[in-house]
Amino acid sequence: MRFLMALCMALAAALVLPAAARAQDGPLRIEITEGTIEPMAYAVPDFVAETPGAQQYAQQIARVVADDLTGTGLFREIPRDAHISRITSFESPVQFADWKAINALVLLTGAVSEEGGRISVKFRVWDVFAGTELGDGMQFAATADGWRRLAHKVADQVYSRLTGETGYFDSRVVFVSESGPKEQRAKRLAIMDYDGANVQYLTDSRSIVLAPRFSPNGDRVLYTSYETGEPQIHVLNVGAVQSRILRSAAGVMSFAPRFSPDGSRVVYSVTQGSNTDIYMMDVASGASTQLTATPAIETAPSFSPDGSRIVFESDRSGTQQLYVMPAGGGEATRISFGQGRYGTPVWSPRGDMIAFTKQHQGRFHIGVMRTDGSEERLLTASPLDEGPTWAPNGRVLMFSRETLGAQGTSSLYTVDVAGRKLTRVRTPDGASDPSWGPLQ
Amino acid sequence: MTYFSKALMIAAVLGMAACTNGNRFSDADAAGGYGAGAGANGGIVPGSASDPASPAYFNQTIGDRVFFAVDQSTLSPQAQATLDAQAQWLMTNSDYLAVIEGHADEQGTREYNIALGARRANATMEYLVSKGIASNRLRFISYGKERPVEVCAEEACYSKNRRAVTVISMGLGS
Repeated sequence: MRFLMALCMALAAALVLPAAARAQDGPLRIEITEGTIEPMAYAVPDFVAETPGAQQYAQQIARVVADDLTGTGLFREIPRDAHISRITSFESPVQFADWKAINALVLLTGAVSEEGGRISVKFRVWDVFAGTELGDGMQFAATADGWRRLAHKVADQVYSRLTGETGYFDSRVVFVSESGPKEQRAKRLAIMDYDGANVQYLTDSRSIVLAPRFSPNGDRVLYTSYETGEPQIHVLNVGAVQSRILRSAAGVMSFAPRFSPDGSRVVYSVTQGSNTDIYMMDVASGASTQLTATPAIETAPSFSPDGSRIVFESDRSGTQQLYVMPAGGGEATRISFGQGRYGTPVWSPRGDMIAFTKQHQGRFHIGVMRTDGSEERLLTASPLDEGPTWAPNGRVLMFSRETLGAQGTSSLYTVDVAGRKLTRVRTPDGASDPSWGPLQ
Repeated sequence: MTYFSKALMIAAVLGMAACTNGNRFSDADAAGGYGAGAGANGGIVPGSASDPASPAYFNQTIGDRVFFAVDQSTLSPQAQATLDAQAQWLMTNSDYLAVIEGHADEQGTREYNIALGARRANATMEYLVSKGIASNRLRFISYGKERPVEVCAEEACYSKNRRAVTVISMGLGS
């Protein structure tokens, strides 16, 4: 992708000023695992434009940062028309009393400069009531067309300082862009920023394409295409936008691919006769081994982040249920025991949970459970929710929601693991099958 | 099928294509009677649904598809009767090959439905083979829930989407 190369992020991480005195009685911190929380109030005035060319970015960057933070459901922005102080210089002392008066716990200040097509943004995060800076001021730079990434990087820093966890805003999602009527739906692979901006198409819509999956470092995408007639697994080089068939076996259906955590292997399903089993392929050598061997449908495999185990779905018990087996194959343990059918399991990048699609009494749910199947929690409900993918920090899921009937369309949504905040991701057309890439 | 009847059929298809094109590009052409010769002999029109050796007859009179219960791939007595007739036709018209396309309704996850559609298509194919059709004339593919024929969100539509469709094509050697 030319965009990425041009961006050539200069992650300066430069100290803007010596660190201010830090509050010693525990930093301002929001605990994101709690069930119900009061969102933390923050204020983000427009960033200061330090050069004439930075004017157009100063406000836009502050808005994207605010959208990122508010979109988590953990933070609540104090509207700008309630602000008392105006920030006109990045170096001027902050009038904490003015921000206390509007009950802002956190204040984010920033400044943008532009020179020769490159923009630079610096920011500081303030604990308003302690009157201190949270962490050090930082600076990021990029070419002008990368201004949204700069904003996401700032937001990731703020999120990280306030939650103690890694952010997820400077990340991309590969998905299937959908158009046309339901019975003749045209599908093509597309890639976008996590918030739906900067959509780029990776394939045309001549063949049905399904379920793209990012490699762990985001350089490749596995997907299933009907290009040769039957569904087969392809691998696409994201930078070159070139794809090839991963596994060429004429007349044999293969689908549901996913990379191992180190990107060297792929697990996937192969159908022979009425039977669908799970296989693993070494990408470099092309050598494959069979991991399951029952007459049942076994599909949707997903590695644990340490690479030692694989969670998958099987209807060997009579209905779709979730199972965990060693990564080399062998005895599988059933982990789903609730009512209904369970499919599309995905292991959290944190290793602690498995997300899934559940069907029960005509409704679809996105849910999470611990890796032994305990503590099942349903996060969504609709006539057709499907196919969760984890944000790189394992705190948010994105999935497809399809509305039913002749005019039905598919859209992408995000939901946090506590099920507090459901947000629709704005895409130009219909969208399905998201796969969330790594933090860039 | 004789060379002559095949040639007639191809001519008829071409005639229809010409007619379609005429309609698309110029109403005047259509009014001028494109393809008017196609139905002129009054009886069986080669290649049309009234010709028992035609794919159109297979599709419309015999029935090109069978239907399945929710999450099932077993063939009902009604489905078996349709497939008996399909097998008979394929025996008689031995120049034709068939691809059996398996489908699922939208009430399932994408990957599972691909595998389920494969089960349905394979059950259909195995039944035809058991009735004497050479397996090298048949193959199957699953579209999962990607190609519904009905789009309402009711069982009336779902039941038509849970299907295996036998798609006839001319063999390469004919």
